[in-house]
Amino acid sequence: MAAAPFMFFLLATVSVVAAIGMLVARSPVYSALWLVLNLFCVAGLYLTMNATFIGVIQILVYAGAIMVLFLFVIMLLNLDALPQLEEIDWGMVAGFVLGVVVLSQLLYVIASGFDLPMEAMGASAETGSAESLGIALYTRYALHVEVAAVLLLAATVGAVMLAQKRFE
Amino acid sequence: MFGDFIPLFIMIALATGLALTLLKAAEIIGPKRPNRIKRTPYESGMDPIGSARERYSVKFYLVAMIFIVFDVEVVFMYPWAVSFHDFIEGGAAFGVMVVVTIFTVILLIGLVYDIKKGGLDFEQ
Repeated sequence: MAAAPFMFFLLATVSVVAAIGMLVARSPVYSALWLVLNLFCVAGLYLTMNATFIGVIQILVYAGAIMVLFLFVIMLLNLDALPQLEEIDWGMVAGFVLGVVVLSQLLYVIASGFDLPMEAMGASAETGSAESLGIALYTRYALHVEVAAVLLLAATVGAVMLAQKRFE
Repeated sequence: MFGDFIPLFIMIALATGLALTLLKAAEIIGPKRPNRIKRTPYESGMDPIGSARERYSVKFYLVAMIFIVFDVEVVFMYPWAVSFHDFIEGGAAFGVMVVVTIFTVILLIGLVYDIKKGGLDFEQ
């Protein structure tokens, strides 16, 4: 099981780098692409924590639908790339990094003080899987699924109504 | 439990590595004889004029919105597909099939409405 902590720290590092890249990128489309990488890494993190369904939904909904919404807004608002910064205040960057290091130290001390476990929980594998969710969703909560379908139908019809060229 | 996903991660690593290796290899091995025409965005094509940030037809946004709706529909269908063997074993396959059929038909109404209204018709 030595692979699990290794994967966790690898994915965590890449996701933090991608998040910083998203914030630093001057073009909104590059920011969106960095965010896609970040979302994929978070999906991988969910897999290392045995939350398989959430991991798949993270890719389907966030990397799929939410990113489409973001690109939609970027194109709709005609956002241009921000001008390049003339100079970077390295003192502020160093202060930020030191602050994060101190905060993580503090959190580590607090977590070890409360004796919190540092590894993933094993119990969520049963309750959070796609099988158990499907069994609950399509037997006991079948009516709720149909109500959700009506809500999605309303969204489709509303989109068509809003995008119509003229109102007769 | 995590061990089940190690092949998945290996496959993602292999796919990413292969793509990066091929791109880098083409850059290193391939001959480079650039000229002004070759380096235009559309080689032998139209010269790019003005900004790319123009106003687009609202139809593109409509396609995006409908994609989001059907993406969420897939989210609902995914647990159904995964647990369908359990339904067959439990004898509930027919009832669950009815539930999913109603779900799909309700969403098909939206698609039919969209097509009838000409929302996906780019010609007009």
